[in-house]
Formats: sequence, C-alpha cells, structure tokens
Amino acid sequence: MKKFKFPMRYVPISATILVFFIVYLIGIISFDNFGSPKVFLDLFVDNAYLGIAVIGTALVILTGGIDLSVGSIIAFTSILIAKMIATGSNALVAIALALAIGIAFGMLQGWLIHCFSLPPFLVTLAGMFFIRGCGFIVSEESIGIKNDPVFNFIQNDLTIKLGKGMNLRFIVIVYIVVLLAAIFFSQRTRSGRSIYAIGDNELAATLMGIPVGRTKIMTYTIAGFCSALAGVVYAVYLKAGNPLNCVGLEMDAIAAVVIGGTLLTGGVGYVFGSLFGVLVLGLIQTLIVFDGRINSWWTRIIVGLLVLAFIFMQNLITKISKSKSKSQ
Amino acid sequence: MNKSSNKFRHLVWPLVSLALLLLFNAIFTDNFFKIEIKKQDSAQAVQAPSGTVESPQPGTSWITPENYESVNDSVEAAANAATEEAGAAAQTVQDSAGQQAAPGKKDGKGVSIFGYYLYGTPIDILNQGSKVMVLAIGMTLVIATGGIDISVGAVMAIAGAIAALLISMLDAGTCIGAGMGPSVYWIIPVLAALVLTTLAGFWNGMLVAGFGIQPMVATLVLMVAGRGVAQLITDGQIITFDNPGLVFLCNGHALFLPFSVWIVVAMYVIFGLLTRKTAFGLFIESVGNNERASRYAGIEARRIKWLTYVICGFCAGMAGLLAASNIKCADSNNAGLNLELDAILATVIGGTSMAGGRFFLSGSLVGAILIQTLTTTMYMKNVSPAIVAVPKAMVVIIVCLLQSPVFRAKVLSIFASKAAKGGVQ
Repeated sequence: MKKFKFPMRYVPISATILVFFIVYLIGIISFDNFGSPKVFLDLFVDNAYLGIAVIGTALVILTGGIDLSVGSIIAFTSILIAKMIATGSNALVAIALALAIGIAFGMLQGWLIHCFSLPPFLVTLAGMFFIRGCGFIVSEESIGIKNDPVFNFIQNDLTIKLGKGMNLRFIVIVYIVVLLAAIFFSQRTRSGRSIYAIGDNELAATLMGIPVGRTKIMTYTIAGFCSALAGVVYAVYLKAGNPLNCVGLEMDAIAAVVIGGTLLTGGVGYVFGSLFGVLVLGLIQTLIVFDGRINSWWTRIIVGLLVLAFIFMQNLITKISKSKSKSQ
Repeated sequence: MNKSSNKFRHLVWPLVSLALLLLFNAIFTDNFFKIEIKKQDSAQAVQAPSGTVESPQPGTSWITPENYESVNDSVEAAANAATEEAGAAAQTVQDSAGQQAAPGKKDGKGVSIFGYYLYGTPIDILNQGSKVMVLAIGMTLVIATGGIDISVGAVMAIAGAIAALLISMLDAGTCIGAGMGPSVYWIIPVLAALVLTTLAGFWNGMLVAGFGIQPMVATLVLMVAGRGVAQLITDGQIITFDNPGLVFLCNGHALFLPFSVWIVVAMYVIFGLLTRKTAFGLFIESVGNNERASRYAGIEARRIKWLTYVICGFCAGMAGLLAASNIKCADSNNAGLNLELDAILATVIGGTSMAGGRFFLSGSLVGAILIQTLTTTMYMKNVSPAIVAVPKAMVVIIVCLLQSPVFRAKVLSIFASKAAKGGVQ
C-alpha cells in the first residue's frame, strides 16, 4: 500500500509560507489597499537589506554556528561609504572597499572560530563590538549621501519602472539575485552540501573527508560579504550612513531564519525559507503601520511569539522524525 | 603547580589582565588609586545637589576638581549616548544622591553607619560594575549547565519598568501600600520586580528544561519580546523617580562602600554558599558535563537546569533594579542593552567553560571588574564611549585565545619546534 506522504523536512517551510499568506490575508481583509501590488513591492524595498543579511546568517546557522556581527557590519559599511563619499572619493571605490572589509572580517571571524575552536557566539560577539566601535571611529554622527553620481545612477537609471508608479528598485533586484545565488549554492554545489553535512554532524563530516575547516571559514566569509552588501544596500536605501544603525538587527536576522524554518542546531532548513521569514517580519511591521493604533513595540512581542511557535513546531517535528527513525 | 594553586588557576589570567590594566592606570592616570574617606554631614547633603559637573562647589572639602571629574567621567550612565540627558542629570547628583538618600533611610533602616564613605575611581568601578557582576553570577550558573541566557538584558528592562511604574503609582497614591510612606513602600516595587523577573527566569527554564528547546533559542524569545513587554509596562515612556529608597540601591553608601557593592557581596555569598556548601554546585557541574549520565545517576537534571534559569532571572531583576536606580529612571529601550553580552564575557573571562560542566563565581566577578576597569580606563583617557567597544572586543578575543586549549597547544608547538630546530643545528 503506497500512500502519498508529505516529506517531514518540508513541513517547517510550508508552515512559514502558510503563516505568510495568513498574515497577508488578515491584512487584506482588515485594510483597504493592503493587497495593492505597491504594498507588496514595498515589502521587498524596505526589507532588502535585512533579507541579504539574513542569507548570510542562514548559511552560518546551517553550519551550526551563529553570527552576531551582522547589524554592526551593516552600520559600519554604511557609515564608511557615506564618509568616503563625503570626503570626495568615488562611490564605487567606497563600495568595493566596504565589501572587501566585510569579506576580510568574515574570514577573520571564521578563522578564529575554526582554528582555535573558539565558540562562534563569542567570536562574533566580540566582532560585533569591534566593528561597531570601528564605525564610530569613522564618524560619530550620521552622514548623508548627497548628489553622488553613482548613487543617483543606481537610484534613477537602474530602477525598472513597472508602470502605475510602481518601481522595481535596484536593491530589490540585488536581493533577488543574491537569494537565487545562495539557493543554488546551498543546494547544488559541493561546498553548499558540505555546509549541511557539517551542521548535521561535524565529526561525521570530518570523518567523511569533507573539508570542514575550509567550508566553515568560507561560510563566515560569505556571511561577512552578505552583511557588507546589506550595508551597501542600506546606504543606497537611506542615502545616508549612521554608526548607530541596525542595533540588534542580528536578532531580527536570527528570528527571520528561525521563522524561515531553519533549525538553530544546524543542518536542517532552506535558504529559500529565509525569504519568507523576512517577508513575515516585514508584513507584521506593515500591518502595524497600517493599523496606526497599535504601538510599534507590539512588533517585538508578536515576533517573539512567532519565533516561539516555530521553535515548538520544529521541536515537535524533530521528535516525531526521531521516533520514526527509531521505529524503523 | 601544587594543589592549592590549582584551585585558583582559573583566576590567573583574568587577574593578570586586571593587574596589567591597573598598572597602566597607576602609571598613566593621575589620582587613579586616590581613595578618599568623606564624612557626610547634613550641611553637605543639602549643599551637594546644587553643584554641577563644570563647577563643583568650592568649599566642599571632600571633592577635588580632578577627582570629581574622573569620577564623573566614568559614570557609565552619563556616557550612554541614548540617555545623555537623563544621564547628565543623574550624574550631577550622583554623589549627592546617596547622601540625600541616606538621611531618608535613617528612619527606615538606619543604614548610614558612621557617616563615612569612600570615594575614588576604584570604588566607582565597583559601583558601576555591580550590574554586570550581579548578572554574571546568574549567567555563570546557567552557562555551567551548558546553557546560555541571552534574555537578561531584556529582563533587566522589565525589572526597571515594573519598579518605576509601581513607584510612580505609589507616589501618586494609586496603589495599595501607599499609606506606608515613601521611606518604606519602595520595598514593594523592588519585590514586585524581583518576583516578575524570577517568573521570567521560570519561563526560560520551562522552555529549556521543560520543553527541551536549545537554550540560545529559548531565551531568544524573551530577548526579542522582553523589551516589548517592558515598553508595554511603561507605555513607551521613560518613567523617572526620586524615591530615596529606590535611588539608594545604586547611589547610596553603607559601611564605607556603595550599597550596590554590598548587594553584589551578598549575592556572591548566598550563591557561593548555595553552590559550594551544598550539593547544588556539584549537580550543576554534572548536568553541564553530561546531562544524560547525571540523570541516570539519579540527579533531577531538568529541575537543576530549571533552577539555574530561575536564579539567572532573579539576578537579572536585581541588576535591572540597580540600573534603574543608578539613573533614577526606567528606560525600556536602553536599560541593560548589550549587558547580556558583558555578562557572558565576564563569565567566560572568569574561566567558566561555555560548554558547561565547570564554573567559577569568583572568576566571573573578576571578569566583570576587568570589563568595567577597562571601560573606566577608556573613559578616563577621553575615549568616546562608543569606541570603547573596540579595545573591549580585542581584550575579549585575547583572553579567550589565552584560555583556548587549541591556541595554547599551537603556541607551545611553535616553541617546541623552534627548540627542536635549535637542537638539530
């Protein structure tokens, strides 16, 4: 007797997508114009930077690690770019330098974590302090980016107009490209599959001959790059840099990863899910903005409860699949 | 190494670092170790509030301008950019507040013994570091079971929020117990905050021990939601208070030292005795080492873990009260922000293993003092508070590297290979 069985590993991500549609439906029912494509598009515009950062966090969490330096790197990159442009350098040079620093910093963190087997939590925590402090060394105050040709070009010429005042801004395109690349990387490349293997069982992966050290350092490097890119996108989005930006964003990123169906113990989950994790976070914020009566701190509480619900669901699934594998 | 030194081995590196820092200060900072004994009398208590940072009252014999400045420089609250206004106000009256509070307490408890107080940078480090020290005590126990509690910062905010809300209600007379008078009823918010945060710890423990969720994730929930709850309590406002009893917690003095130091000492003694003179500490270590094995050995592993989170919640509540008391207000957005990180760092610097199974309360306290000394040193060197994070992070990485067995082995092997090469040549 063959029965169609929904694979267990798709349950969390299906739940995420379901939550997304439920929240979206609630919005459409409660408010006029919530269903308009512009709102949906704005969801991407407003959360592109978060989405890009979450991709890096998701990959790191898949290896069983954690990256807390995300928000600080975003702040640092945005202020560095703003400062460099303000002092007269070319915006492209500034962006390239910022990305290079992000990559180097991620690599350094990965190296410390792997080579000295320091806890990822601690290293990236110190990294978070360090890089935010560096941001304040660059400038203690917010700096605007005004009349920069490159930024204007990104803003005006790279925006695809869809008509009716709807614009597909370049940062959204960047997000989607990075997301697709990360999905391909994690599902279809050898290094990407190694990430899953390491996250599932590092010792077993080592014994199988998977280059654990290289893969781990690479993952943190990618995370550093993603955070730096998120910082660039943030600078483009706000047209300003501020060392105080994105305090605590790493926790939003982790929450988005969890809501996106990735197990925080590593090895289980999809980068694709992080898209919906980010969208759910964005939707809740949009809902609260639409409502106008509820205070914004309800966002935190609702996000916390959602994280809790997903954790419970994941625990349940892990337990069920464990008991199944035992019975087999 | 002989056995007795082994017992204190974990303290070696933190103490060496601390000693180096203090040495640096002794050489490069004037008056760093200058501790003065001040006599408090009513005239000064009245006079002091009128003094400002820029122009300390002439004639107040107990403060030299440099000393006053250095004390104020290191007041963390004032340097906190977000609460700059509130902090500056608190800073101005910081020294006087305790003295103001003391007479108020006289009829309540009579704590103002002898009327002599110590002033100076080291004392100030202890006072400002008290929050992290209290947090680190609870965090140490949680980490010893192999867990982590990243919600303590948010729990601190909740504690401050509920205490400030209750005290403002009591001041307005809209809460039961208002009839007792301001010198007594401050105990109600304190107790309420501690009970609430203990419940928060209970909630964390329930998720971790009861439902078996990974600690980092389980406490993430409260970390994300906790600040929202705190803002819900205070309705998004920053509630200020000036109840002498509540202000006394972090600004008052007793027995020569700031009262907050005595709170730390009391908590250290209580939890030190609890863990080292009863089997509780052993149970914690065994659970941290191997939960399943200890369960088979008949230890209620779940209950032990649960209890450590409850204790951690209680400690976070106490730290939250100290933080609120220090700046005389409850700021749900900034109270305890990133302090969970400081607490974890203090614990790790103190030699407690992140993997669990081994813990040192004394080490954590030294770690907390180390962090605070570093911060204060930076402030005294005119480093902007925002940039202080950079050297802090570097110290943390260095201390972690020194404690990492892998790093030690690598360094040793470098020396060994050099020696071997030398031998061949």
